[in-house]
Amino acid sequence: MIRIANLVKRFGDNTVLDGIDLEIEQGEIIVVIGPSGTGKSTLLRCINFLERPDAGRLVIGDLDVDVTRASRADILAARRRTAFVFQNYALFAHKTALENIAEGLIVVNRWSKAKAHARAREILQRIGLADRADAYPASLSGGQQQRVGIGRAMAAQAEVILFDEPTSSLDPEWVEEVLALMKQLARERQTMLVVTHEMSFARDVADRVVFMEGGRIVEQGPPSQLFNAPRDPRTQDFLRKILGGQPSAAVS
Amino acid sequence: MRILDFDYMLGLVPILLRYLPLTLQMAAAGMALALVLSCGLAVIRVLRIPGLNAATMLFISFFRGTPLLVQLFLFYYGLPQVLAFLTQINGITATIMGLTLHFSAYMAESIRAAIVGVDRSQTEAALSIGMTNSQLMRRIVLPQATRVAVPTLMNYFIDMIKATSLAFTLGVTELMGATQKEAAGSFLYFEAFITVAVMYWIIVELLAWFQRWLEGRLNRAYRR
Repeated sequence: MIRIANLVKRFGDNTVLDGIDLEIEQGEIIVVIGPSGTGKSTLLRCINFLERPDAGRLVIGDLDVDVTRASRADILAARRRTAFVFQNYALFAHKTALENIAEGLIVVNRWSKAKAHARAREILQRIGLADRADAYPASLSGGQQQRVGIGRAMAAQAEVILFDEPTSSLDPEWVEEVLALMKQLARERQTMLVVTHEMSFARDVADRVVFMEGGRIVEQGPPSQLFNAPRDPRTQDFLRKILGGQPSAAVS
Repeated sequence: MRILDFDYMLGLVPILLRYLPLTLQMAAAGMALALVLSCGLAVIRVLRIPGLNAATMLFISFFRGTPLLVQLFLFYYGLPQVLAFLTQINGITATIMGLTLHFSAYMAESIRAAIVGVDRSQTEAALSIGMTNSQLMRRIVLPQATRVAVPTLMNYFIDMIKATSLAFTLGVTELMGATQKEAAGSFLYFEAFITVAVMYWIIVELLAWFQRWLEGRLNRAYRR
């Protein structure tokens, strides 16, 4: 289980996260939506300590830290309990698909190379890239690179996988295969926290949709409720803009 | 205008070849030491370690800002007058020291640029799976920085081989010093120096060939 309490992040005078409270049950799939620049990505980056939050409490499994007092060991522990999928894939350019997936197991979990490679092959099988094990990122399509990025996150066996707009830099032709893999993970009840603009994914896959604006959670609920009967005017406004005037279209 | 004395030139080659090992040894020792030193300097610059960073910048500024010949004279003729323990320093040691310090100043900046040039998002990806900073450096940043730095570092090595010829000004009989002596004996200056020039040229071409092979290998991951 993940619990985030009163998380605050400022960049200079700009408060990007203004007291976020969020609980994520094991196996839950949460999709975060909202206008650009409202701190959605920053929220994920703070959970992974890629950004250092300014205040708040973070509970990830058996780890419980006050972020203002987080030691180097706490930060490593938090990172080892979470995995991150980046918008631009961020694969290790000098390593093959197989090595990208195995790297964390070898370096962080100190598995033997043989054991790590065996696991990486299983994961390549699951992400449908068994035949591209020895390909370097430069020779993979955007969709394949992002699937390897997800495979790398799967290998970490984290409490939660954080997806930061995983399809936003993909050419349209590759979006479907990445979403399909994410749906497959959702069916396996992998705990996921997903920031995305793919409203159909939110509608079809999420257990709960969280709407953020101005560094706060404005409204959250099951997709049927949030898309069909948003309570807050800001949510209604956002959905009207993004879905072209008829919120209910998202669920029809 | 007279005709070149080819027999003399051919006879000179085996004589000069005896001095080639010393030239190559000085370059190899200088390069090995410069690699270690420049990596250290580059890391100080990248991490901006307080105090050391400013000292490193001063070091780099001085050794890039003054001629190598001046530095060699300073080490060989100058320093022993101030630092008594250096009176024993011989020309070979002084040359290696000068080459090391001079070239590490240049190499540190190339290595720093190569480290900084590694895609920032890969750094984040490595941190996100829980790597420590040293694991990140060792496994992700340095292997990729090496690929970027190798062509430049090979060029510095080639430069360094040629720069060993300055050792003759410190009385070291290496390739250049030996040529100088032979020429002074035979008065065939043109033949002697064109011979040694071609010898340097061949060594450098061999290295350039090795450099292309190495770059091809290092670039394997980036071919589509």
